[in-house]
Amino acid sequence: MTDASVAQPMALTADSLQIAPTRRRREVIVRYCLLMAALGTVVVSALIVWSLVSEAWTFITGVAWADTWGQLGWFPRRGLYDIPTIVIASIIVTAIAMLVAGPLGLGAAVYLSEYANRRVRAWLKPALEILAGIPSVVLGFFALTWIAPNLVGRIGKNTFLVIGVVILAGYAVIAAGVARNRIKHYRGSGAEPSSLIVAIGAIAVLIAIFALVGAWLLNVWIEFAPARAGSLAAAGIGVGVLTIPLVASISEDAMAAVPDSLRQASAGLGARRMTTATTVVLPAAISGIVAAFIVAVSRAIGETMVVFLAGGAADAARFTDSPFEGSLTMTAAMASLASGTDSVVGEGLTFQSLYFVGLMLFAITLGLNVVAARFVARVREAY
Amino acid sequence: MSDGTETAIEHSAIERPAVERSATGDNDASPAETMPSLATERDMVFRSRDVNVYYGSFRAVRDVSFDVYKNEIMALIGPSGCGKTSVLRCYNRMNDLIRDARVTGTITYRGVDLYDERVDAVEVRRRIGMVFQKPNPFPKSIYDNVAYGPRVAGQKKGLDDIVESSLRKAALWEEVSDRLNDSALGLSGGQQQRLCIARAIAVDPDVLLMDEPCSALDPIATARIEDLMQEIKQDYTIMIVTHNMQQAARVSDTTAFFTSDVHSERDTRTGILVEVDTTQKIFSNPSDERTENYVTGRFG
Repeated sequence: MTDASVAQPMALTADSLQIAPTRRRREVIVRYCLLMAALGTVVVSALIVWSLVSEAWTFITGVAWADTWGQLGWFPRRGLYDIPTIVIASIIVTAIAMLVAGPLGLGAAVYLSEYANRRVRAWLKPALEILAGIPSVVLGFFALTWIAPNLVGRIGKNTFLVIGVVILAGYAVIAAGVARNRIKHYRGSGAEPSSLIVAIGAIAVLIAIFALVGAWLLNVWIEFAPARAGSLAAAGIGVGVLTIPLVASISEDAMAAVPDSLRQASAGLGARRMTTATTVVLPAAISGIVAAFIVAVSRAIGETMVVFLAGGAADAARFTDSPFEGSLTMTAAMASLASGTDSVVGEGLTFQSLYFVGLMLFAITLGLNVVAARFVARVREAY
Repeated sequence: MSDGTETAIEHSAIERPAVERSATGDNDASPAETMPSLATERDMVFRSRDVNVYYGSFRAVRDVSFDVYKNEIMALIGPSGCGKTSVLRCYNRMNDLIRDARVTGTITYRGVDLYDERVDAVEVRRRIGMVFQKPNPFPKSIYDNVAYGPRVAGQKKGLDDIVESSLRKAALWEEVSDRLNDSALGLSGGQQQRLCIARAIAVDPDVLLMDEPCSALDPIATARIEDLMQEIKQDYTIMIVTHNMQQAARVSDTTAFFTSDVHSERDTRTGILVEVDTTQKIFSNPSDERTENYVTGRFG
């Protein structure tokens, strides 16, 4: 066996299959550079967390905990760090933002992916992306100078009522359309849209009840809010507008990734577009859609410029749970402190409180991601 | 199995002489019009005349005319790109879902023009079901897959019975009855395709359109599906597109042979119908030379 291979004139040795040394060196260098790039992001993240935690730890160990709960509000320069003030403000802004961005973004995504023809898509999608490209500071001004006086100021505390009426009207339009369609096509036969009607009806009724109870609870039936400079509602709507493209584009990507063969199968069984969208495409794309909402919530919680400009408070805020008052969200509280860093360094724990709030934000987003991952793993319909 | 097929062919051949249904463009007078006997009128499920399918400005299929009768399996055969699938998809208006697709000519289903503006494509698809080339179960449970069509049609009660009977008809019940709530994606390819057939049957259609239903399956799974087609043809009318000539010969009663007409200067090809006849005649004594070349393997 060995003899035979030696006897061959062009004997193949390991040397002839060897890589050129310079080439090998270059590959090793490239490989380590790429590894460094990958590790770099980890190192930066670790540094951020470390700086957050170390400064926050000073705050946690040094603060009088009585000052952080049930106080008048968030007055860091006076040593009052009422956490509920800024957390509630953040929750209100995020909730309003998602009320705006959720239905609009998801609706836009369903339309783009399931209904729009090529011509409509050709201008609608870039238009959405333009919205995504607007700097948040511009949107902050828009929220302050237009949304606050025109939307929140005019409609004011009757917003709940207006939302209820708008949705009920929308439901009436849809129901009328479906009924007309049904008279045209369904006489005596299938009753497919019924479950949809019931679903929309139930949601509309729930929201109407919510609107009425909300109006009653807040005792704001008729009274109009004064047109004030800024409020959590104005900031929330602004942040909502900012996150619409995010929800729309991630959800649309998820729906576009659902194989067309599933839509064909559904259509072949006599399903309408809406049925296919709700019973086949949405469940199959749910992981992407939940991801879109999580990203949007994270973005809304973390959004700073809009809430800083339109939130209706400068560097301190009294506690409020009304969306129509001005307050500081966690991010706005940090921004206002950081913009005046020179004057607060060394003044007790004011500066460190900034890191503590940052750590809370970080923990909230991390928690959201974990919960979302679990949820997605449970409801996902993998295709 | 093969005995059954042959008797089926002979039987249908006795029922209706072949000349009655040859619907090539050669004859000026349409055969169905020249012989309007009551029996054939009642039996006729589809009647198409001069059907053209366009994708944008490209004409994919030209002037197709033929009839399909009740409880018959009609095979559409021909080389790749000859428009068989495009023709098949006209019959339940699946082409509506393709942007820029356009169908001209007339297709009537039990006397109703399928492309009449009052006709709703969704209602058409409830009566004319479809099985696709690649098994495409929904990423849901086996049960939910089969119950999908009835649910979409608004049915809420008796789903268990429908699911069981559909799975039985599709010869899948024995294999899946103990795991109806498992994902359909865990089934093998052949099982998935039978599930898709069960799903199509569950809406109790009148006609089943099958677009190369066995092309992704191994011979054993293929044989099962062919047996299944023989069993369910008592209840349904079936049109099947197939690349497999043996399959067409085995399962179908009638065969339509398509080929493509190449425009050399524009480098496009248009599908045309060469001839329609009983399967026996197409495979033993076709009247067109192109058919003979194809079925004997000299072309295509």
